[in-house]
Amino acid sequence: MLLTRRNLSKTLLFGTITAAAGHARTSQAAEPRRGGTLNLVIQPEPPILVSLTHTAGPTTRVSPKITEGLLTFDLDFRPRPQLATDWQVSDDGLRYTFALRRGVKWHDGRDFTSADVAYSISLLKQHHPRGRGTLSSVREVETPDAHTATIALDKPAPYLLAALTASESPIVPRHVYEGSDPLNNPNGRAPIGTGPFVFKEWQQGSHIILERNPTYWDPGKPYLDRIVVRFIADANARAVALETGEIHLAPDTPVPLGQIEALKSNPALLIETRGYDYQPIVYRLEFNLANPYFAKREVRAAVAHAIDRDAITRVVFYGWGRNAPSAISPALKQFHNPDIPRHDFDPKKAEALLDAAGYPRGPDGIRFKVFHDYMPYSEAYQQLGAYTRQALANIGIGVTLRAQDVPTWFKRTYTNRDFDFMSNGMSNSFDPTVGVQRLYWSKNFKPGVPFSNGSGYSNPEVDRLLEAAAVESDPARRRELFKAFQVIVATDLPDVNLVTGANLTIANRKVRDHTTTIDGPSANFADVWLEA
Amino acid sequence: MSTMTRLAKVLRRTTLQAVPTVIGIVILNFLLLQLAPGDAADVLAGESGSATMETVAALRARFGLDQPVLVQLIAYLDNLAHFSLGFSPRYNLPVSDIIAQRLPGTVILMLTALALALAFGITLGTVMATYAGRWPDRLISVGITLFYSIPGFWIGLMLILLFSVKLGWLPSGGSGTIGTTVSGFALVIDRARYMVLPALSLALFYIAIYSRLTRAAMLDAQTQDYVRTAAAKGLSPFAITFGHVLRNALLPVTTVAGMHLGGLLGGAVVVETVYSWPGLGRLAFEAVMSRDFSVLLGILLLSSLLVIIANVTVDLVQAWLDPRIETR
Repeated sequence: MLLTRRNLSKTLLFGTITAAAGHARTSQAAEPRRGGTLNLVIQPEPPILVSLTHTAGPTTRVSPKITEGLLTFDLDFRPRPQLATDWQVSDDGLRYTFALRRGVKWHDGRDFTSADVAYSISLLKQHHPRGRGTLSSVREVETPDAHTATIALDKPAPYLLAALTASESPIVPRHVYEGSDPLNNPNGRAPIGTGPFVFKEWQQGSHIILERNPTYWDPGKPYLDRIVVRFIADANARAVALETGEIHLAPDTPVPLGQIEALKSNPALLIETRGYDYQPIVYRLEFNLANPYFAKREVRAAVAHAIDRDAITRVVFYGWGRNAPSAISPALKQFHNPDIPRHDFDPKKAEALLDAAGYPRGPDGIRFKVFHDYMPYSEAYQQLGAYTRQALANIGIGVTLRAQDVPTWFKRTYTNRDFDFMSNGMSNSFDPTVGVQRLYWSKNFKPGVPFSNGSGYSNPEVDRLLEAAAVESDPARRRELFKAFQVIVATDLPDVNLVTGANLTIANRKVRDHTTTIDGPSANFADVWLEA
Repeated sequence: MSTMTRLAKVLRRTTLQAVPTVIGIVILNFLLLQLAPGDAADVLAGESGSATMETVAALRARFGLDQPVLVQLIAYLDNLAHFSLGFSPRYNLPVSDIIAQRLPGTVILMLTALALALAFGITLGTVMATYAGRWPDRLISVGITLFYSIPGFWIGLMLILLFSVKLGWLPSGGSGTIGTTVSGFALVIDRARYMVLPALSLALFYIAIYSRLTRAAMLDAQTQDYVRTAAAKGLSPFAITFGHVLRNALLPVTTVAGMHLGGLLGGAVVVETVYSWPGLGRLAFEAVMSRDFSVLLGILLLSSLLVIIANVTVDLVQAWLDPRIETR
């Protein structure tokens, strides 16, 4: 028994799916113009150009232009057709059937068929860093004919559809990968896909050139003749290239947030904050629960009360962000629980808690001293660390910041666990089971694995809720499980969730329709066009 | 002893000394890099955002990082003995290919900058020595003190602001127009437009050094007996300055310039970053940040070879400039 697409939408809680196959245009009414070269900047340079075995941010920005996925999602997180034209989910949530687009050709001229889909799903399940988890319950992919593929599951995976975008689950050509080691396959450096753009050249350290695919399955698209993806390592140089018009589009907060105001005054540029809800980042303080001070809940609560999220948004993120005290980001609207035990900014209460915990102020005004390791990814993290030091100094906790490079930080925090507390930013991903569970699930406390459960948090009830939500196919019940989970985490405080958002795209006004999907810069860019 | 045999002797001696130096450098580099916390598997696992125990272990096995350090070192030396710089699992390419892609960019930039620095430095130094204590000397002194003390990245940014943003004369970054189809002379012009600002940013510091050095050495040479002799012979001031004073003053400049070749590579990291120049300096920096040690060791080996070659060249040039310099 199969569900209709209308019922399916309820299953996924993505809202009603309209039957229309086309893209939802933004309010811009102008008629798209053919032609032109889009200069896109990404940073840093990706190590590989297909997000099959590697999921670094820059890779997921380039890969979908060449290699497509089964689905895409509009700005409201509703599924839209890409390589799949229609899809149905069985009542028990164990069979996902996809009708595949006909007449699609790989860039080398071969036909795209269901065999490619089946092969890609099996590659993703074995080799994709997240695919091992999200696709773990895939038993097999049935291919009754060349244009139908059915994913059969052992147990429900309610997040599966959301994982089938081009950036998360690219569909790669079977004839290129078959019989080779996918990690070393040359396709990673010179990909062949079905996408609107064909790979032309990659000059290490400088740029990638993508050319228009003249035989793209969507007639008339893409509008652009060419995309030049440039790598500009220095943030100031990126700002200059945007000012001079050498760069048209710069996703992933290309310049420090403090410089955005200056760029905003340039009439040729605009700031786009949409297009980041597929991987919403939540900035947080994470305690090492093995630390004698932070092992005490009162101390963690005191830290939570000492932090002013509004000040962080203002000082660290220059207003580009919003408060996110829950374990699930408000960007994941259907799962976010705003109604959790609150620890509002209240330094007096924080001091009282510390007094009660047995840490009175010493003669020098300091209760105890700890080290703080901020994630060394950008200036914002450094400022977040500086804010934390100051906020905790106010309640008598002496904090020493430790600066280090990324590998050293990984080694110290996740591998050696030689830290007191840290600040970091974690993607909640497109679904809490994929992006949030890893941070709180006791079975994911794995020293040596970056971005696992870093606090060492273990609560059997949280484990139960997360494990139940991972296989719950009833959306309402699943939502309740996640809401209960957020209440417990906000009570136990293994971490203090601070703010989300703060990621943005800077675009030249000549570039139109650049943000039309939930994963904005990771769209295939078939719809992007340049004004004359 | 003829000039040729003298030079051959210098060449043979320095080459013999170079071999153990290179081997020592390789082993030292390898061991030093082991001290850096974290490894390439940590970085790749972190980049992918959602690793598991199995993926990290698989990465480590693929990079050969699960082997004892000594085994890794022997494997690396074995590769080198077969004239292979190894393989970078991160880029999925042989290290020699990666370096070969980047080397020309950096070498061209370095040599252009060095040539600019020598040309301007020696010219300015000569002017300063000729007008020592008078206003041209003072004026140039102030200028080069600024060049010496202002950091290269700041000069780079200011040059970009002036010539790219305000005036719009020159591109702000890159090494050539991407996807251009021009060739021949037009291509040279295109490349040169991209080269001007980075080469100048890199050269300014060295212009300051060479001009000071030339000035001091020339003033020193001017007091020598052979200069007085030349003047007594009735040579023109021009012939004295260029034939006797400058030629002798060049010795310390060539020595220092040779030593700077290594320093230029270091300065190239900053300039290549500011100007998005696809060179070796950036590659080295990225290799450190991603703990891609096979690439980094390759670059370090190449740089040490470069420095050794530069030293040999300096030795040869000096032997040619001053016949009194003999092999010890």
